[in-house]
Amino acid sequence: MEVSININGTQQTHDVEPRTLLVQYIREHAGLTGTNIGCDTSSCGACSIHLNGEAVKSCTILAAQADGEEIKTIEGMADADGTLHPMQQAFMENHGLQCGYCTPGMVMAATSLLDENPNPSEEDVRLGLEGNLCRCTGYHNIVKSVLAAASV
Amino acid sequence: MIPAQFDYVRAESAEEAISLIGQHGDEAKFIAGGHSLLPLMKLRLAQPSVLVDIGRLSDLSYIREDGDHIAIGAMTRHMDVETSDVLKQHAPLLAHAAGHVGDPQVRHRGTIGGSIAHSDSASDLPATTLAMGATYVAKGPNGTREIAAGDFFEGFLTTALAPDEMLTEIRVPKMNGAGWSFQKFNRRAQDWAIVGVAAWRNGTESGVGLVNMDSVPVLATSVSAAIASGASIEDAAAEAAAQADPTGDLNASVEYRQHLARVLTKRALTIASS
Ligand SMILES: Cc1cc2nc3c(=O)[nH]c(=O)nc-3n(C[C@H](O)[C@H](O)[C@H](O)COP(=O)(O)OP(=O)(O)OC[C@H]3O[C@@H](n4cnc5c(N)ncnc54)[C@H](O)[C@@H]3O)c2cc1C
Ligand code: FES
Ligand code: FES
Repeated sequence: MEVSININGTQQTHDVEPRTLLVQYIREHAGLTGTNIGCDTSSCGACSIHLNGEAVKSCTILAAQADGEEIKTIEGMADADGTLHPMQQAFMENHGLQCGYCTPGMVMAATSLLDENPNPSEEDVRLGLEGNLCRCTGYHNIVKSVLAAASV
Repeated sequence: MIPAQFDYVRAESAEEAISLIGQHGDEAKFIAGGHSLLPLMKLRLAQPSVLVDIGRLSDLSYIREDGDHIAIGAMTRHMDVETSDVLKQHAPLLAHAAGHVGDPQVRHRGTIGGSIAHSDSASDLPATTLAMGATYVAKGPNGTREIAAGDFFEGFLTTALAPDEMLTEIRVPKMNGAGWSFQKFNRRAQDWAIVGVAAWRNGTESGVGLVNMDSVPVLATSVSAAIASGASIEDAAAEAAAQADPTGDLNASVEYRQHLARVLTKRALTIASS
């Protein structure tokens, strides 16, 4: 079936099987490999993207369910001239990543969190990121990064 | 993990969805948020040959006051239940419980209708709406009917819905200032409850729903009966596991689950009574 999705501002159409997961569509059909697959069982959050502005886990959505919608991936966060999104900048400045595997998902979940709650407490941030696991366990600096981005 | 092959159809209305399910028979399934169904399909524990997508029926996503109850469209997502001002005012127990489902990403996708139709006894909203005395509205090829929550959950992942019936609305009575508490005991962030308790109390009246204490969500009527007859919270909570038949698993033995049900019911009733 034809699935047409606006990804990071560009309309893309690909002919895919109905069972294609959104994360596969993003990585294999759109060629955007910044979105990672960690657990593939909706637990780790590495595949988090924005669907119509809200963080979701793209391993647990069919591409067909996003047909006609807008999504944003980590590739769409920085400006065209390379200026990082404030959340990416905060992760860099606060050592919010170690191996970096969870980072795209963390950044997407954290920006969605700040959209819903622009002035979160530390506890709000920890609860808000409960769907994202960091295998390097760098949670303290991740939370620090999100709080720093919130204060920008 | 990729699901087995299926055909996908997106319904434009509830009527169309019901007729599509009717045409395709047993092998077809509704998909709303997909956050219970897709994990099962990826593990090949479910292999429907046709998926009828009802997730974008936006006219079934609403929360509104209707006399003595609040009507919630089946396609309303957990995040919208959690943050609804109407629910926070009139049915705060439900808004609060919805905020305990999974994590924010899950709550952006999963729907209240999907959670109740799926009827996993480990889920938070079936037991919560059962405790509140909710009514579920189902629409089928021959019209609409109302099903009391107490008659809805028939067995493990089995409900009173016919295969070609769609859950369209959840009606919860206004709580009218009753005290309430939702106690969810788990060991990891974002996880399902090992045992959970949803409780409300208004004087001698109360409702207590148990999460993950049986193959179906449990209404602990013996606790409410004890409260109604003037028993102390402690004595009433001692009845919490009396009507439940839990199983043991890696997280908890049968005895530990029974213990948790009593302790969490006591905590919940203490908060709901204060
Ligand atoms: C990582 C993760 C963690 C989770 N944690 C929790 C938790 O802590 N607590 C909790 O309660 N839940 C939890 N869930 C489940 C979540 O609440 C699901 O969103 C919900 O159970 C199902 O809703 P859905 O809209 O996604 O349904 P779907 O997956 O689309 O559907 C589920 C089933 O119901 C049927 N169905 C759906 N809608 C209707 C309808 N309107 N009428 C008739 N049949 C219908 C479908 O055919 C399917 O069989 C979790 C899920 C995930 C992925
Ligand atoms: S890959 Fe989607 S949640 Fe882990
Ligand atoms: S930085 Fe390595 S998984 Fe988080």
